[in-house]
Amino acid sequence: MALLQLSEPGETPDPHQQRFAVGIDLGTTNSLVATVRHSIPECLAGDGCGVILPSVVRYQRDGKTIVGQEALAAQAADPRNTIASVKRLMGRGLADTDAGMRARYDLVDTGGMVRINTVAGPRTPVEVSSEILRVLRERAEATLGDELVGAVITVPAYFDDAQRQATKDAARVAGLNVLRLLNEPTAAAIAYGLDEAAEGIYAVYDLGGGTFDFSILRLSRGVFEVMATSGDSSLGGDDFDEALADWMHRQASGVDLDCSKSRALLVEARRVKEALTTHPEVIARVPVAADGLRELKVGLADFQQLTRELVERTLLPVRKALRDAALKVDEIQAVVMVGGATRMPHVRTAVAQLFGREPFTEIDPEKVVAIGAAIQANVLAGNRRPGEDWLLLDVIPLSLGLEMMGGLTEKIIPRNSTIPVAKAQEFTTYKDGQTAMAIHVLQGERELVQDCRSLARFELRGIPPMPAGGARIRVTFQVDADGLLSVSAREQTTGVESNVTVKPSYGLSDDEIAGMLKSGFEHASEDMQARALREQQVEAERLLEATRQALNEDAALLEADELLLVESAMSRLQQLATGTDHLAIKTGIDALSAQTGELAARRMDKAIRQALTGSRVDNLPI
Amino acid sequence: MQEYFSLFGLPERYTLDSAQLEAAYRNVQAQVHPDRFAHRPEAERRVAMQWATLANEAFRTLKSPLNRARYLLERRGHAVEAERNTGMSHAFLMQQMEWREAAEEASGDAAELQRLQKELARDERVMLDDLKHAIDEVEDLVVATELVRRLMFMEKLRHEIDDALAQLDN
Repeated sequence: MALLQLSEPGETPDPHQQRFAVGIDLGTTNSLVATVRHSIPECLAGDGCGVILPSVVRYQRDGKTIVGQEALAAQAADPRNTIASVKRLMGRGLADTDAGMRARYDLVDTGGMVRINTVAGPRTPVEVSSEILRVLRERAEATLGDELVGAVITVPAYFDDAQRQATKDAARVAGLNVLRLLNEPTAAAIAYGLDEAAEGIYAVYDLGGGTFDFSILRLSRGVFEVMATSGDSSLGGDDFDEALADWMHRQASGVDLDCSKSRALLVEARRVKEALTTHPEVIARVPVAADGLRELKVGLADFQQLTRELVERTLLPVRKALRDAALKVDEIQAVVMVGGATRMPHVRTAVAQLFGREPFTEIDPEKVVAIGAAIQANVLAGNRRPGEDWLLLDVIPLSLGLEMMGGLTEKIIPRNSTIPVAKAQEFTTYKDGQTAMAIHVLQGERELVQDCRSLARFELRGIPPMPAGGARIRVTFQVDADGLLSVSAREQTTGVESNVTVKPSYGLSDDEIAGMLKSGFEHASEDMQARALREQQVEAERLLEATRQALNEDAALLEADELLLVESAMSRLQQLATGTDHLAIKTGIDALSAQTGELAARRMDKAIRQALTGSRVDNLPI
Repeated sequence: MQEYFSLFGLPERYTLDSAQLEAAYRNVQAQVHPDRFAHRPEAERRVAMQWATLANEAFRTLKSPLNRARYLLERRGHAVEAERNTGMSHAFLMQQMEWREAAEEASGDAAELQRLQKELARDERVMLDDLKHAIDEVEDLVVATELVRRLMFMEKLRHEIDDALAQLDN
């Protein structure tokens, strides 16, 4: 399969009319940004470097932050302040970080998401990731010569809610408007599956630097449907590096290394691993405690022997996904390989053996995710053109549950449910006059609370006082198209909306995010007020334009008085948008937004009715 | 709350053409999916998420014969209370115990577990035919409710066997 040439003669849109959006692969080891220009998706190169940005951030005493190749090179010289593989810490508490990360960095337990102590002060994984995203945003804006309308950021399919939320927060801090969080294997499938001949059931084997994902998708008539997904969010190419580094260290000396030498050892292990992809034997220069370097011959067979268990570990989620989708290996039409770690020959062999066929590797496994994300970003930004009317039906990777009596979990939304998905559950009070109640939300497949990931604790307040068992509180758990959870609650007998206070177990509060945004601007010496004003003005213009278009098409769906209210909110916003008070513009946007809710609902009803009365769906304008 | 069958333009009955259901579901999602509204104002994005959520739930419910039957029965005032199985016949309760014992004895024996699963699946198919007859043909909703309760038990047991097989696989 090859990437489809998307442009038809005479169809190429005027580049000045295109709304630029990017796809970003925020990887454990490397990150990339891609966009669709003149109908061709392409990865964007940085100034004087290639398209790949190493996901490494170095903090310096003078407050300057270095990202990418230069930071990568400084790893051994300044190991404590040079943060690599930060993706492994996203949305994690100290207790669930791996030993390698704990040994390499000065991690701080805060009860919630872990912090990393650096010379520049403690940093959250969200801030470190936002530095990487900021560089990619600036790269894209410099290349495209325009501001971006938004970005699609990819995440491992197996990321839980806390990891997804952390990624979205990092994008916000980096000044990106997130159009969608897209699962990495799904992005790869889009990059491959645009070839119209692709029909049938495909599997995506995605072994990245720090995460492993396996997804099974059904492609038919323009629908990408994820049937099952599974994985291991702490297994990746990094683990191969570590296994090899350990082995080299034992062979060469076995004497304890200091922090800087340990990092140099790890860097060398990675070089050797990569060299072994094309050479049967490599000479490693292993740092040893006393006398600098020792040369060591490493054969491909040694490396494969050492890491065979890691490859085996990837096959467990593969079998689980096949079981979940009720499929046998011979029902899979093809397997797509994604992620730099799939370059290792024994990984390819293991996959080929299991599926009885050679996997697809036509698109560079390191670029395929960014390319797919760019294609989706272009469509989500509203640049959908004829032939690009595919539909993506993705799933939630892990079950959502609630803590019940006795430390047991009760599943409320099972894994592999198509998103968006919601589930309402009714609770009652157990004491007379009880006005508050706590609910603990978990993610995972295990029965015991302690074996699942704690997502958040919700406190319902403002329940009207009633005898025990009298109140009926309906709590709705909504998972949106990004795979993110939100909760709302209402008392059924009185209709009182309960107040839901969210305490994410490993997330950041809105105040913390706001603080990071502020310091990000100071650091980038950008004027925050000016940017906020510009953002609100753009948002106001977009909303006005969208409302005008909706009224052009469907003003008839409103009563005369309703129409009047919408029109007056429009002229009010128009007036506000010429001012310089971004908060006032925001108020105007919210007012018009509230006023158009009913119109949006009726337009949707109409569109659905038309779809069911046999109108050709592909011809309906959206 | 939008009714599921009419959402997909289908007649409200147990017998259903699954290809038609799937086509209707895709038609609806093609209109309402949040991806179509990612660049639109917040009000439209919210409406899209609500509709797409509803379409997913409706499709999930109607696709599964058991969930479809449960939904139909509930709409006709025969709520299937999953926890209550007092209405089950003595014979079925005995059968339940036999299956449970067989499943326990077979734990650790993949071939035996698979055999049991096949047996359950075969019995379920027969009962689904009875269910169709009870709902669509003779409209005996009391019998249908009893069948649904039995089928729910069997589905649960089949899932437990799935889990046991998955354990063996690891």
